[in-house]
Amino acid sequence: MHSVEIRDLDLSFGAIEVLKGLNLNIEDGEFLVLLGSSGCGKSTLLNCIAGLLEVTDGQIFIKDRNVTWEEPSDRGIGMVFQSYALYPQMTVEGNLSFGLKNARMSKDEIAKRVARAAEILQIEPLLKRKPAALSGGQRQRVAIGRALVRDADVFLFDEPLSNLDAKLRADLRVEIKRLHQQLKNTIIYVTHDQVEALTLADRIAVMKGGQIQQLASPTEIYNRPGNRYVADFVGSPAMNFIEGLLIEDRFEARDQVLSLSGYPFAKQPGGPATMGIRPEHVATAAAAESLPFNADVPVEVVEPMGSDTLVWTRIADEPFRVRLDGQTSIQPGDRLKVGIDLSKASFFDAETEVRL
Amino acid sequence: MVDLTSSRYVEGPRGPKPRRSFSRANIFLYGTLIVVSVYYLLPLYVMVVTSLKGMPEIRTGNIFSPPLEITFQPWVKAWAQACTGINCDGLSRGFWNSVKILIPSIVLSIAVASVNGYALARWKFKGSEVFFTILIVGAFIPYQTMLYPLVIILREIGLMGDLSGLVLVHTIFGMPILTLLFRNYFASIPEDLHKAARVDGAGFWSIYFRIMLPMSLPIFVVAIILQVTGIWNDFLFGVIYTKPETYPMTVQLNNIVNSVQGVKEYNVNMAATLLTGLVPLVIYFVSGKLFVRGIAAGAVKG
Repeated sequence: MHSVEIRDLDLSFGAIEVLKGLNLNIEDGEFLVLLGSSGCGKSTLLNCIAGLLEVTDGQIFIKDRNVTWEEPSDRGIGMVFQSYALYPQMTVEGNLSFGLKNARMSKDEIAKRVARAAEILQIEPLLKRKPAALSGGQRQRVAIGRALVRDADVFLFDEPLSNLDAKLRADLRVEIKRLHQQLKNTIIYVTHDQVEALTLADRIAVMKGGQIQQLASPTEIYNRPGNRYVADFVGSPAMNFIEGLLIEDRFEARDQVLSLSGYPFAKQPGGPATMGIRPEHVATAAAAESLPFNADVPVEVVEPMGSDTLVWTRIADEPFRVRLDGQTSIQPGDRLKVGIDLSKASFFDAETEVRL
Repeated sequence: MVDLTSSRYVEGPRGPKPRRSFSRANIFLYGTLIVVSVYYLLPLYVMVVTSLKGMPEIRTGNIFSPPLEITFQPWVKAWAQACTGINCDGLSRGFWNSVKILIPSIVLSIAVASVNGYALARWKFKGSEVFFTILIVGAFIPYQTMLYPLVIILREIGLMGDLSGLVLVHTIFGMPILTLLFRNYFASIPEDLHKAARVDGAGFWSIYFRIMLPMSLPIFVVAIILQVTGIWNDFLFGVIYTKPETYPMTVQLNNIVNSVQGVKEYNVNMAATLLTGLVPLVIYFVSGKLFVRGIAAGAVKG
């Protein structure tokens, strides 16, 4: 059974088309992340699912029920906003129970649900406080609690961690994942942060220009990106790209020629293409010797990041990043031997940018 | 041991930069402020001292000198005995008329305008922008052009000369500016809050009363101040749409001050004027802080 199903969804504001013929099926209990840069339509899509925006065309089903014309409160969803959106004049308890009171639920039931949500999120000591007296992390917990008490089938998260500082974000991220494992609700989670996407998702939908570029598991997205945009957007530091020419079983880039045996092409290649390789998949020193592509490159900039070190070099006059172990000692001006393992590389058509 | 005082610091600037209290900029700034204050406060001072003098003392002509003998008789006379036309019960009649006009006008205009502004800011409907534009244009049309049509309208619906007719006029004329004020304020309340309330199942009125209203005290104070001053100080509508028994305080004040019979009682006139101006003044003093907060908050977005 599909938990959420979106069929041919269009949304335009006047002449501006934000979503174009979008189709998406989300399984029961799945954690789906909508990932994209700002303006790609991911939040718009979430608002459409929530019923906060009227769609121009298409249908939305939640639990096999057509909810296209339903009010947000009747769709069986709970939503968490980036700005928390807590009602400032109400206590935490008031915030949690507001929706239930609107649904004319009995006092006992409200108290029971609030107590349960407070227990799950460990916010019991805060129940009598106003949102202004809470820290950012506590506020976001309350916001999650507000979705929780609704006992919704689907939780919608709209960049819930973007307003928090880095450490708190990492903590709450784990908690959201734990919460999902415990409750097993369907979650649709919007973010522009690829780390959140990769760590949380069962499946990631990478969006651009109102369309889904690739919908796949985090491993698939990371290791076998469907096109150049996805390859470039996911992964930090970003993937290296080398422009070149595919001729039969060779890839020619400037003065280098690579044999292509060992790369599983989806279709018979030929013509201009781009090779992509992630910085951590570049082999160095002795390991590089045995690989088909290897070069001796100058080190330009070194960025030590503790656990690993990022080295900026140049191949064929293009910036080229290599990720090394954090303990490596290397200085700008040194020379580094690099090699590329083709089984870990990706090739994209230079014109369509689709994976080959 | 290291000698900290001599080794750590070198000669030269250290800590906060010293400021002179009698710098040229300060003298200029405070000088200007004092001059402007005197300019505005002097007439008020003259009014207060004159209202506390008896007529013989006023005739000596020293308008700036403080009263030799303080008397509250002019105030009593202005409030309870001064004559306008055939009525000799002073300004008290006009005061209560003004109160009867003011309170319903404020309640009605603010209630309607706040809902208007809320709807225009948060429940955009087809043509809402056009509606808003028309409403704002209304604020720029000179009142004079509408005086006579309104006389006819009020006569036709039977409210001409009645206090409720004037209440209606004040409510209508307060609408554009108040709607603009409320719309801008509600637009500055985060949209996510509105969305969250909708997900929580709150409707139009529920969001208005339970979410928006409790957050909007400053802007309500601003609206109340604007309306109190506007309506209380109104003379034009008061003189046109009421009759002598129902004249508001301002019209009555004019009739007292401008009466051509008998001796001009400057002390009574001054006292009457001060009495009339007292209500807006009190409102300003009581709510000054909230007023500034509300104006600042409402002015951010257009």
